[in-house]
Amino acid sequence: MQKLLLLGDEAIAQGAIDAGMSGIYAYPGTPSTEITEYVQHSREAKQKGIHCSWSTNEKTAMEAALGMSYAGKRAMVCMKHVGLNVAADPFVNSSITGANGGIIVVVADDPSMHSSQNEQDSRFFGKFAMIPILEPVNQQEAYDMVAYGFNLSEKYKVPVLMRITTRMAHSRAGVARSASLNQNEMSLPSDLRQFVLLPAIARRRYKLLLNNQDAFEKEAETSAFNRYIDGSNKKLGIITTGIAFNYLMENYPDRVVPYPVLKIGQYPLPRNMVEKLCKECDEILLLEEGYPIVEEMLRGYLDNSLKIKGRLDGCIPRDGELNPNIVAVALGMEDTKGLDVPALVTARPPALCAGCPHIDSYVALNEALSTLPAGRVFSDIGCYTLGALEPFQAINSCVDMGASIPMAVGAADAGLIPAVAVIGDSTFTHSGITGLIDAVQSNSPITVLILDNGTTGMTGGQESAAQGRIEALCKACGVEEEHIHVLRPLRKFHEENTEILMKELAYKGVSVIIPRRECIVAIDKRMREKEKARIAEQEA
Amino acid sequence: MKRDIILAGVGGQGILSIAAIIGTAALDMGLHLKQSEVHGMAQRGGDVSSNLRIADKEVASDLIPRGKADIVISVEPMEGLRYLPMLSADGWLITNSKPYVNIPNYPEIESVYSEVAKVHRHVILDAEKIAKDLGSSRAANVVILGAASDHLGIAFETFEKAIRTIFHKKGNAIVELNINALKAGRDFAAKNSIL
Ligand SMILES: Cc1ncc(C[n+]2csc(CCOP(=O)(O)OP(=O)(O)O)c2C)c(N)n1
Ligand code: SF4
Repeated sequence: MQKLLLLGDEAIAQGAIDAGMSGIYAYPGTPSTEITEYVQHSREAKQKGIHCSWSTNEKTAMEAALGMSYAGKRAMVCMKHVGLNVAADPFVNSSITGANGGIIVVVADDPSMHSSQNEQDSRFFGKFAMIPILEPVNQQEAYDMVAYGFNLSEKYKVPVLMRITTRMAHSRAGVARSASLNQNEMSLPSDLRQFVLLPAIARRRYKLLLNNQDAFEKEAETSAFNRYIDGSNKKLGIITTGIAFNYLMENYPDRVVPYPVLKIGQYPLPRNMVEKLCKECDEILLLEEGYPIVEEMLRGYLDNSLKIKGRLDGCIPRDGELNPNIVAVALGMEDTKGLDVPALVTARPPALCAGCPHIDSYVALNEALSTLPAGRVFSDIGCYTLGALEPFQAINSCVDMGASIPMAVGAADAGLIPAVAVIGDSTFTHSGITGLIDAVQSNSPITVLILDNGTTGMTGGQESAAQGRIEALCKACGVEEEHIHVLRPLRKFHEENTEILMKELAYKGVSVIIPRRECIVAIDKRMREKEKARIAEQEA
Repeated sequence: MKRDIILAGVGGQGILSIAAIIGTAALDMGLHLKQSEVHGMAQRGGDVSSNLRIADKEVASDLIPRGKADIVISVEPMEGLRYLPMLSADGWLITNSKPYVNIPNYPEIESVYSEVAKVHRHVILDAEKIAKDLGSSRAANVVILGAASDHLGIAFETFEKAIRTIFHKKGNAIVELNINALKAGRDFAAKNSIL
């Protein structure tokens, strides 16, 4: 079969379609979004009746997948790294309940924070939950690991974490497909109380998980994804995790490394392989795409047994993603570089699109707040976060999805009145609603702007769960109807909108303002899809 | 054979359309390929780049080592300059001349051009104008690809075939427009390459 040219994300999606997956659950987040989008657009997935939907947040995605696993079928959950914080409760507990049908949790980390608030390493979470972790080195492995991971998950009845990083997720390469597997039939767990984590059952299940740790390690020891490649020069031994292996190989054009190399793609760490390397070599160099997790394990707390080089001794930068040059320098090779960037080249930060509805919302909000001291606008994550930059400088916080409303409540409790929250429609349903219920409960003097552009703009325009229901949701949370206003964020309504904002800012309770106008990129996308459908119809 | 290519531009300018044509042509030749793309935040009008690597043996790294790129293809002149540290000493800078001004402090365009002129091997062309003269400025990216086509280690006919493969669904007129754009870019470069 001809190779397909696939992004790492797409390779995982195709791998899942071919490996008998019955359902995929996700909340969008760069760099994980394209996994679910690929399944969404796959004709094969449709023919196979694979369930594919965006969940309201990562936690509900994880829980829905767990339900599918309970019913005996193979399920995948996808999210970006910070999404795993949101899904942490079901994720960690799922290692105790275990699985029935295979379950793979794919988490895409973003070292160097290309599109994220932090660069946390999801392997920590996998280790914390004590489940097997897979980390592909290239797109082919990403594809192959899915079928392997489902089998591993079903063999031990435990979820498997698959961790990728930005350069794997968003890089294309040729992928060869394997034979397509059938989906599992529905079958309930043999013990119908397996998923009932009452303390007595949980203690038993936890022991089972602990007892399985040795078996997980043995699997890693024999896994094709962990390879010990011998080298004649034992002055140095190199451990690579994930795609770091590629940066190492890049520095040896004939692809032969003079030192022994341990390539890691499956955890828990294969202890015998690590031991062999450490015994045979004078020094160990750790190349990890992410936090120095393996490095910390090898160093131990006292860090006095072995000579280890890595992120913790400054041999490699402590933060950020790796690249071939960083690895070259760590190997004592010469660094390479072309001409300097000419001094006149200036930064080009991302910005709100011309014509974006958020622009009109911020212009009105800035004017409504102009008579008050600055520093009272708590915001959230989405395109509207760009309102922090010039020319708006309209917001004072962006922490995690849903933080805006509770932070405004807390600041108002401290006396910052009025406090303002600015949140997008998708973020509102993701995790803003609970904050609004808190605000109503304490009758906080806050004004909440829910910027309703009808889509999940920042991640490329996935459908938003709130579609057309925001007022109803706010009302149901207990916000008084006369303090809920829908605005048209357009320049011609600027005065009117500013006036409503000022009036509600003066109100000593919870108000919700909903500026509503569709994202212009979403309009464009809708039009193009319509045109495509029209052409397809014509052809038919 | 190997070609390490940096594609540069501003989010929304469609640099991946160039990558798709080169990628299709490379696969057609049975070459190996890795192409690292930019998705996410920077696509909102920020600077974006893509690392495209083609070779007759397996490619290791998704990222090109600094100073080792054979060519920087840029759809915007200042963005091309941003990747000079990636370019090898005898590498080519092929860039559009038309600035994309979405920042208040965009430098004086003449000084941008003089920085481009300092690059040993370069081609700078007004791709929009060339494309417009052919029928539509939307083919500008293909004009730029045409100007780079002599340096990519892939036969010109293979690029033509790739364009047919990619655009055939959009009808014959679009296919012809893009093939003419590719030719116009190549012809411009042949006449105006500064060595
Ligand atoms: C926990 C978590 N999940 C996902 C993301 C990725 N993400 C950032 S913004 C965003 C969507 C924002 O949509 P919306 O609130 O509607 O605002 P818009 O971008 O449309 O203005 C997503 C999914 C994240 N940063 N954190
Ligand atoms: S994508 Fe939509 S919401 Fe985001 S900045 Fe552009 S117009 Fe605004």
